[in-house]
Amino acid sequence: MHKLKLRRLDYGGVLLYLFLTAFGLFMLLPLIYMAVTALKPTSELFMFPPRFFVVNPTLVNFRDLLLITGTSAVPFSRFIFNSIIVTGGIVAGGVVISAMAAYPLAKHHMPFKSFIFNMIVAALMFSPLVLQIPQYLLISRSGLMNTYWAMILPYLAAPMGMFLMTQFLRQLPDALLEAARIDGASEWKVFWIVVMPMLKPAISTFALFSFISAWNDPYPSMVYTTVQEMKTLPLAIQTISGGVGVVARVGTLAAASFLMIIPTILVFIITQRMVLQTMAHSGLKE
Amino acid sequence: MSSEIITPAEAGGAAVLDSKTPGKWAQLWIDIKKNKVSYYFLAPFLLLFAIFTIVPIIMSVVLSFSYYNIIETPKFIGFSNYKLLFVDDDIFLKAVGITLKFAVITGPVGYILAFLLAWLISQIPQKYRFFYTLCFYLPSITSAVAMSVVWLYFFAGDRKGLLNHWLIQLGILNEPYLFLQNVDSIVPVIIIVSLWMSMGVGFLAFLAGLQNVPGDLYEAGSIDGVKYRWQQLWFITIPSVKPQLLFGAVMQVVSSLTVFDVSMRLVGFPSPLYAGHTIMAHLFDYAFTRFEMGYASAIAVLLFFLMFGMNRLIFRVLGRD
Repeated sequence: MHKLKLRRLDYGGVLLYLFLTAFGLFMLLPLIYMAVTALKPTSELFMFPPRFFVVNPTLVNFRDLLLITGTSAVPFSRFIFNSIIVTGGIVAGGVVISAMAAYPLAKHHMPFKSFIFNMIVAALMFSPLVLQIPQYLLISRSGLMNTYWAMILPYLAAPMGMFLMTQFLRQLPDALLEAARIDGASEWKVFWIVVMPMLKPAISTFALFSFISAWNDPYPSMVYTTVQEMKTLPLAIQTISGGVGVVARVGTLAAASFLMIIPTILVFIITQRMVLQTMAHSGLKE
Repeated sequence: MSSEIITPAEAGGAAVLDSKTPGKWAQLWIDIKKNKVSYYFLAPFLLLFAIFTIVPIIMSVVLSFSYYNIIETPKFIGFSNYKLLFVDDDIFLKAVGITLKFAVITGPVGYILAFLLAWLISQIPQKYRFFYTLCFYLPSITSAVAMSVVWLYFFAGDRKGLLNHWLIQLGILNEPYLFLQNVDSIVPVIIIVSLWMSMGVGFLAFLAGLQNVPGDLYEAGSIDGVKYRWQQLWFITIPSVKPQLLFGAVMQVVSSLTVFDVSMRLVGFPSPLYAGHTIMAHLFDYAFTRFEMGYASAIAVLLFFLMFGMNRLIFRVLGRD
């Protein structure tokens, strides 16, 4: 593509920028609207005719969020705490477990290597949602209901993480590994000192994906918990809204939703450079 | 698992030869022992993968042939769950129709849109790319749950709904239209919101793949008479990013067949006259509100095969070199 840089001002180039900018802003509109709604005072929320932007921005919705739920049985901060524990566990555990699996699959030669790799790639091709029922039975029978383990364990062995890291590791040179082995490092040491730092872009990428899906997913909390104290953010937000079509607490709901979306945006901005580096090796071949 | 590689004939032969030279089985065992460190590294992943993916797949298939309500022990009932699904369960058939209608539109449209946008972005200088990537990618990392506050307001059925307000002002409508309750508009609304959220992992893969197409391919192309941009796109760019295209397609199939979140948040569960009822919604209904696990497992197994079949089809179309 580099040969095609738009050096002079041509109609095609102007049109391209116009189109991308217009379409890009159009895609952002709902997000801007959410941010704006979170700042609207009650008087503006139900104004007629409806207004897109806020006139008198206020933080009252955020205060309400803490107060309303503060008087109920479980404070809102508890849901945030739960979400952080569960998401943190899934991301940290998933990264280590996937990296450990990716290392031999990419750099060792042992029996069943391609069989194991192909089996896990096949798992990329279906949604883990279809396994929800047996997973639920396993969790409930093992007495893990209403624990953080129930919401973390089933999501630790993510095919996506293993796949991205293996593909990324394959294109890195073996020389560094050999050098470390000649120096007498054990495989375990090679893994932590050489492989993990080399894998950094792939780790950031998988961390982003696993963070987004764990942070946004209401199912684990919906299925594996029965008590309020163990609910995570996405489910708690459903509770605040009181179900479909209920308009009460629109402002508070927008504030909660806004708080929920901010971390995902931040994580993407932080990891984006590494992500594109990794995704270049994400291709599938038959 | 382990019998995949060695055929029974070879195994038999190995047993005979075992006395002198190490047979295939023995050789394999030696290889495995030599590489035991590799397996230690794989162990945590494989263990969790076996418990939470392989065992559940097997359990799903077994349960789908039984009546199981969690309290009593499962009762074997043969194929009657499947028979019930296809013959008597009108709502399931409706859900299949809705899911396919949805998948056939959002799948290809979202996929092509993601590729075209990634291609357009790759045409502009590096330093401006991030802003556009951010614009298109952000919607997909917001959760359906969180965004419902915006979409519910946008599509609200009274005059205060943003879309209704605009359409009335423009004179297109005379009175508010019930976008989220009307059977005809439910699927289109879900499709619009899903498309908005569809620039996900595949989009990033395309973007990265397109950035790494070697520049000399284009030079070689221009010598061979590739003149226009669309020619470059068709003859050089697309073939070079085929592996990414395949990966993106697989991701798209998975997400478009399991749509449920958006539908549940926008039109409720169950939706008016089941107009937004997808296969996933049906599964969820039977599994976690009615606790008919056998029946729900049959749905899961069908969905599983549907995804697998679609992916095989995609491999056949895109996977050829």
